[in-house]
Amino acid sequence: MNTDVSSCLNYPFDVRQILQKKKALKRDLLAKKNQNWIEKKIAILGGSTTAEIKDILELFLLKDGIRPIFYESGYGKYYEEAVFGSQELQAFKPDIVYIHTTNVNISSFPEIFESVELVQKKLVAEVDRYKQIWTKIENDLGSVIIQNNFELPRNRPLGNLDASDERGKTNFITKLNFHFAQYSQEHKSFYINDINYLSAFFGLEKWSDKRYWYNYKYALSYHAIPLLSHNISRLIAGIYGRTKKAITLDLDNTLWGGVIGDDGVERIKLGKDTPEGEAFTEFQKYLKELRSRGVLLTVCSKNDEEKAKEGFSHPDSVLKFEDLAYFVANWKPKPSNLESIIRKINLGPDAFVFVDDNPVERAHVQVSFPQVEVPNMSEDIVDFIDHIDGAKYFEPIDIVADDLQRNRYYKENLAREEFKSIHLNYDDFLSSLEMKAEIGAFKPLYFDRITQLTNKTNQFNFTTKRYTSEQISLFGTDKKYLTLYARLEDKYGDNGLVSVIVGSVEGTRLNIDLWLMSCRVINRTLEFAMIDELVKSSQERGIETIIGHYIPTKRNQMVAEKFRELGFGLVSSGDQGSVWELTIGKHYLKQNRFIKVGE
Amino acid sequence: MNESQIMDKLEGIFRDVFDKPDLKLTKETTPGQIDEWDSLNTINLTVAIEDEFQIKVAVSEQKELKSVQSIVELIKRKIG
Repeated sequence: MNTDVSSCLNYPFDVRQILQKKKALKRDLLAKKNQNWIEKKIAILGGSTTAEIKDILELFLLKDGIRPIFYESGYGKYYEEAVFGSQELQAFKPDIVYIHTTNVNISSFPEIFESVELVQKKLVAEVDRYKQIWTKIENDLGSVIIQNNFELPRNRPLGNLDASDERGKTNFITKLNFHFAQYSQEHKSFYINDINYLSAFFGLEKWSDKRYWYNYKYALSYHAIPLLSHNISRLIAGIYGRTKKAITLDLDNTLWGGVIGDDGVERIKLGKDTPEGEAFTEFQKYLKELRSRGVLLTVCSKNDEEKAKEGFSHPDSVLKFEDLAYFVANWKPKPSNLESIIRKINLGPDAFVFVDDNPVERAHVQVSFPQVEVPNMSEDIVDFIDHIDGAKYFEPIDIVADDLQRNRYYKENLAREEFKSIHLNYDDFLSSLEMKAEIGAFKPLYFDRITQLTNKTNQFNFTTKRYTSEQISLFGTDKKYLTLYARLEDKYGDNGLVSVIVGSVEGTRLNIDLWLMSCRVINRTLEFAMIDELVKSSQERGIETIIGHYIPTKRNQMVAEKFRELGFGLVSSGDQGSVWELTIGKHYLKQNRFIKVGE
Repeated sequence: MNESQIMDKLEGIFRDVFDKPDLKLTKETTPGQIDEWDSLNTINLTVAIEDEFQIKVAVSEQKELKSVQSIVELIKRKIG
């Protein structure tokens, strides 16, 4: 939908443009104003040439607001540099190590005359070789690892037996991929870049181009590089919380065929009676799956509200009205309705994808909200799923229990909002919520959720520091740190774990390195309950002064003066932010008034 | 396609690949005259030429793409 040059980077990609104009694209992307840039150091350890992969990856990352600094290993030196170390790599201190290995890097495939036992040994040896790399990186560099699995072989001297016989390469690679997957499930901060899927999706025949292998040692064709680099960029965006969180959907000819206002609920196309109806139902099923893993579904439709709602009562409507986190149907312009959705859901516009079959509506929304992703849906409902799936807007890096509850949290929040509007006095509203908090030091049970929250919270976040799960578990166990998490519950439901503090102890002083809160519970006074607990734990550790740091970003304006509200005094302030101080006397007065605290 | 049409299209490709919108290309242009004409950019040139002229440069022909003169000859030969 974007009309600038960088629209070739939108799915479906314009591969020719990307490859031919990459320099101009980079220039344009870097010149974009109002980008909330984050900088990340990425080391690429290659088992084949990686130059073009790096260049195109840079474009996709810039598009997501991530400015990469790259390190590239010597050609083919992925193993040596990881296992025997490289001073340059060590000094580079990568945030992420991407290991670009492919089936040309499998050191020893089975031979047809070998025994099953020997083949098994080869498999173990190959997996161990990679585990050696990963363990070494984890220990020496502590970086997040992104590892390719393997694409299937393009040629098969064994024919179909290649897949079924233990000695077949296809069989061998399938098992290797299984072991890689298993390792990723057992290790935090380790992610598989699934080139087995990408190459199959692209077509193995097109995926590799042997001319580029023999001439330049590229293990995949140039034309496949945008797909590969985009996929890596989505993982990185996921790791740093730069993925989308909500989708706003049109109704007529988007969720069902036909116009409900004209046709009536009984005549809209849904279900197995017509080919189109089946396709719309399939699209709804896809959306329902997104919902079940935590993507928020909202509706923005030009319709009479009551008529529009009826669509969800159609017997073949997979989506039910209750599945929606928010619903707007009226005759106002879509941008103004989208604005109210964004406000109600309380996420930034850059967390939204807007889906509409009507190009005029799409253009209108895109102009009003440049940060909202507006996929250029084709005219045919059959392609809708691919448009969303291929763009990988919602790439999850893991699935934590909290994701599965997200839609419920938001719906409960809207119930609170409604309730709030009938309470004139905010204090009365807060009292009526009957809030209960559980506040305590980090526990292993919560490390995953804490990591996730740390890497995606932007608004109520004093320092916007991001940490890996290893660092989070270190904070939770090392006595140098004082940590707190908070869960908040009220009469409408449980909000889950919503706030995190990490402080580092320096003698009698405590520095608040990190304090963030989910936007779900902002303005519920939880920060006052937390500062009370922080003071209490600090006193137990002999701390006399708590130091607060505020580092401004484009998104965290709301906490600029928060330390003052919490009773801190300003020590210094400048462009880089401000420093605050709270001296804990014997007679610290508790500040929390509305929340019952326990552990 | 005559030679001047080929040259026009090539000029467009060179301008994009080297990000020099004012670049003037002649048959006499050599890698020495364009700073960034190295082996990495040669691949981008090759891919762009293959896509534009709908040709396939054989593994043995890649080495011919080292001057504008030889590129033009290769394209003429391929498109017949």
